[in-house]
Amino acid sequence: MILGSINPAVLMAALMVAATPILLAAIGELVVEKAGVLNLGVEGMMIMGACVGFIIAVNTGSPFIGFIGAALGGIALSLLFALLTQALMTNQVASGLALTLFGLGLTALLGQQYVGITPPRTPKLDLGPLSDIPFLGRALFTHDIVVYLTIALVGAVWWFLKYSRAGMILRAVGENHDAAHALGYHVKRVRVLAIMFGGACAGLGGAYLSLIRVPQWTEGMTVGAGWIALALVVFASWRPWRAMAGAYLFGGIVVLQLNLQAAGVRIPVEYLSMSPYLITILVLVIISSGKGRGLNAPGSLNKPFHASS
Amino acid sequence: MRKSLLRLEGLTKAYPGVVANDDVSFDIGEGQIHALLGENGAGKSTLVKMIYGLVKPDAGQMTLRDQPFAPAQPSDARRKGVAMVFQHFSLFDAMDVAENVALGMENPPPLRDLARRIRDVSEAYGLPLDPTRLVGELSAGERQRVEIVRCLLQDPKLLIMDEPTSVLTPQEVDILFRTLRKLSSEGTAILYISHKLEEIRALCDEATILRGGRKIATCDPREKSARELAELMVGQVLHPPERPARPMGDVVLSVDKLSLHSNNPFGTSLKDISFSLRAGEVLGIAGVAGNGQDELLLMLSGELQAPSAQVRLKGQPVGHLGPNARRKRGLVSAPEERLGHAAAPDMSLTSNALLSASERKGLASRGFIDWPATEVFARDIIARFDVRTPGPHVLARALSGGNLQKFVIGREIELDPDVIVVNQPTWGVDAAAAATIRQALLDLAGKGAGVLVISQDLDELLEIADSFAALNEGRLTPVRPARGLDVEEIGLMMGGAHDMHVAQEASA
Amino acid sequence: MIRLEKRKEPSKFWRIANPFLAVVLTMLAGGVMFAMLGKDPIVAIRLIFFDPIFSETFGSYSRPQLLIKSAPLILIAVGLAIGFKANVWNIGAEGQYIIGALFGAGVALAFFPAPGAHIFPLMVLAGALGGFLWAMIPAILKTRFNTNEILVSLLLVYVAERILAAMALGLMRNPDIAGFPGSRDLRRYEAAHNAELFAGTGIHWGVVAALIAVIFAYAMMTRHMLGFHIQLAGQAPRAARFGGVAPARLVVICLGIAGALAGLAGMFEVSGPGGQVRIEFASGYGFTAIIVAFLGRLNPFGIVLAGLLLGLTYIGGELGQMMLQLPGAAIQVFQGMLLFFLLALDFQTNYRLRLTKGVRA
Repeated sequence: MILGSINPAVLMAALMVAATPILLAAIGELVVEKAGVLNLGVEGMMIMGACVGFIIAVNTGSPFIGFIGAALGGIALSLLFALLTQALMTNQVASGLALTLFGLGLTALLGQQYVGITPPRTPKLDLGPLSDIPFLGRALFTHDIVVYLTIALVGAVWWFLKYSRAGMILRAVGENHDAAHALGYHVKRVRVLAIMFGGACAGLGGAYLSLIRVPQWTEGMTVGAGWIALALVVFASWRPWRAMAGAYLFGGIVVLQLNLQAAGVRIPVEYLSMSPYLITILVLVIISSGKGRGLNAPGSLNKPFHASS
Repeated sequence: MRKSLLRLEGLTKAYPGVVANDDVSFDIGEGQIHALLGENGAGKSTLVKMIYGLVKPDAGQMTLRDQPFAPAQPSDARRKGVAMVFQHFSLFDAMDVAENVALGMENPPPLRDLARRIRDVSEAYGLPLDPTRLVGELSAGERQRVEIVRCLLQDPKLLIMDEPTSVLTPQEVDILFRTLRKLSSEGTAILYISHKLEEIRALCDEATILRGGRKIATCDPREKSARELAELMVGQVLHPPERPARPMGDVVLSVDKLSLHSNNPFGTSLKDISFSLRAGEVLGIAGVAGNGQDELLLMLSGELQAPSAQVRLKGQPVGHLGPNARRKRGLVSAPEERLGHAAAPDMSLTSNALLSASERKGLASRGFIDWPATEVFARDIIARFDVRTPGPHVLARALSGGNLQKFVIGREIELDPDVIVVNQPTWGVDAAAAATIRQALLDLAGKGAGVLVISQDLDELLEIADSFAALNEGRLTPVRPARGLDVEEIGLMMGGAHDMHVAQEASA
Repeated sequence: MIRLEKRKEPSKFWRIANPFLAVVLTMLAGGVMFAMLGKDPIVAIRLIFFDPIFSETFGSYSRPQLLIKSAPLILIAVGLAIGFKANVWNIGAEGQYIIGALFGAGVALAFFPAPGAHIFPLMVLAGALGGFLWAMIPAILKTRFNTNEILVSLLLVYVAERILAAMALGLMRNPDIAGFPGSRDLRRYEAAHNAELFAGTGIHWGVVAALIAVIFAYAMMTRHMLGFHIQLAGQAPRAARFGGVAPARLVVICLGIAGALAGLAGMFEVSGPGGQVRIEFASGYGFTAIIVAFLGRLNPFGIVLAGLLLGLTYIGGELGQMMLQLPGAAIQVFQGMLLFFLLALDFQTNYRLRLTKGVRA
């Protein structure tokens, strides 16, 4: 029996690892969209993080510094987007696409000498006796620290949006930028900060791919993870915990599919490896067929703001 | 003479091509209800934006209780005791009442305490509100209460109110005035912006009149007649439109027991609507904003489709038809929103002429557009309806509100329809343009077309309508002859005071 | 303090000048990039932008290449531009290109080795159909379920790439050569070969198709109600509904046209310059075409110029790799920068920079 050869605890553990990069990128984009900005450059910022993080980690020997560099790389690219869309009032869709195309090209250039190198290992977090618990220990408590920090970040974003004044202002800016402006809030300042946060998160997500999950640098290695993260935000109806649930669900599918490949199921690899994309589309269809505002989309999402007065 | 609270001296603000305010000076006294009167484009908005810190004056200064007052942003103004109730644009639909209030305050208490204070203040002033409700689900009057309560929680010295009654029924206006008088008696000054003369005479202690960005006069409105105030405001004597006597013909448009879901999540569904409109008749439909006006227009224009037989045009079922098919059969419309709905902002007037006229004017054959003929048509509209513009190549968004509205209504009238449906035909339009538009609609009725005017401006409806009905929460009252109706009755048709049970009990 | 002020009307001058300015700025920034890579910037820029056309050494090889590379870019971009005008964001042309190629090649391989003049026209139809059907997936999901077409069309690129790989390794693999992935070479199958029409010019049927598409698109966008409705829907969706435009129909039309044209481009490529169904068949034309569409101002004739320019960068990039060992990715960066500069410069079209005395904007 093929499925019998798959250990559920290992599967669960692998799922959390598979979900982490897209969850990081998605939680960042969620905040950006809550502020009313649609940044389609997630894929570009992710690959930037993957590449910069990898290069820095290899050169410094420290994955930790690598992650910081990845966040900065993501921020750098996101600032380009902020400059275009917030200062120069360009179309957000086109600018996001430009970011992705540019990011893919730039990283292919930057990373060409790093193909085939193994990065320094990121240690697992030693959780002592917790990891000895049967099943749960193996599934939940054998990961690197980034997995846990990501979950903490989801909680922090949830708290920030729901309970903090700054989070309320951010939601207000995303809901109705004219009203927020009339009340004296700095719409563009809020948005630029949100965009930078999104860039940092996407960069970290990318670095998680190149430093931990794969771990290696190859050109175009994100293969659509950034786009899946964008879909995840829609799936989550702009709610942080639902984004996490979605990411884990997605991680489960990826891992299951990889396990089926390894177990030698008689379906060609090419078809199995389509499944994450097809399932993302399917989920998008299910979620968007609900009507109108039930989706909870921010009211000013993807609308340009120019203070006329 | 009252002690001065806020003194404006020589305030001037210019935008490219237009001087919005030119050397405006006046005083607002402590606890005074001061009217700022002027028609659209007179510079009222710019002036209050300067007081509220949204716009910085080019020249001039302000003093608040003898201290220099130059707010760099709204939070400065709020800290110094100036609060503002906006006509539009300052609420967040997807957030609840308490959050909306908190966003307009400098140092809001925790949300739970705030909710309690909202209940206290709102009941003290007869403005009941539930802090946990989503603002998008509130009626226009309730939304305004949110704005007012938001201001009151900060104990303002000066409360600015921008056209507050445009979203209220006459009964709600009475309640608002009671609240404002109470505030004034407690020492809060109010700067009351309006172009409605009777209101100002009923409420205000003093009035400053703006025209073309300049101050024309400051006077006691109770000592002037509405007519005198109107002349000061408009600068010329306006004649009420002529209503040629005309025979009523057959029913041209009828709607039968129609219910329809709104396509907008915060919209109002239509419920059991029935009416009929005869050739030559002007039917006025009143109602406070958000009671189904948009939906009614969309349903009649064909943008929302209905069961076929429940909408009939000259006896034929048309409910299932789209806008162009209805136009072809003689039903045209002009929606409320000029820029973005009735006209495409970034397209030329020629293109905008094509927008609704391609069918009836034969401007395209087999889908291929006859651009020269379209331009001639656009020029016709411009000439006949006195649209002030350099030519038909100009973008729609470059026109003033009044000129674009003349163009849009003119375009539909030029299609020589059997029935025309218009929503808010003179909203935000200067008095001269409004007079032109009303006259044009009456002339069309005189030629035998059925005219349906949806408007929130009661004066307008009483001026031009033969018969009258009101929309209230998506329901339409029975149609009554307009002659002999008084404002009180109309107010009750519009639903009286919405959600005011608490307040009425309190005042009873 | 500087502030942006919206113009009453978009500046016609900047609309036309900006693409040229963007190219110049990209050359400058590219020069800096090459200098940082340790190459002589002037030599590199010359090699990319001038030598493919003017050099005596390479010209005879690379001049025909220009049309070969540009034709698919133009063909795809013309379709995308129609959609972009309507605010229908099909960014999955790469996928439609692949599926079109597979459909076209599928027809050819089904007939192999029979001769016949009907085979190539059938391939053309199949290619257009393949791209059209692939584009109908996001179109129908959008109109039936309100699913975002940007994400769906893009995700389908990854699916199409995997179908391509599966085909190259499985169903369409050349049975005569054991062990190697890839289909038969269609260039050796006369009935299916999209050959050069005039020797040495690079003109094949794809070039002709691109030219026809440009003319048709121009006529439609400027003279026909459909083009008017497309622009209306893009600029003012509510006004479009008022004008009687059915938004769903427009989404289907826009995605359908773009998909069919991308499918055609793929089919002409696989039966001509590409030659066979291979795993590496897709070379990013579908994405580069997005840049072409924007650089060409979404105007069909502008797209011709933009397509030629970006076609040039492909050839120049190859030359650079050969002569200067420039990394291949440099060209990708180049193309990305071009789009950035264009978008950044475009604020001048709609806004005017103004110096104000005030402190606050």
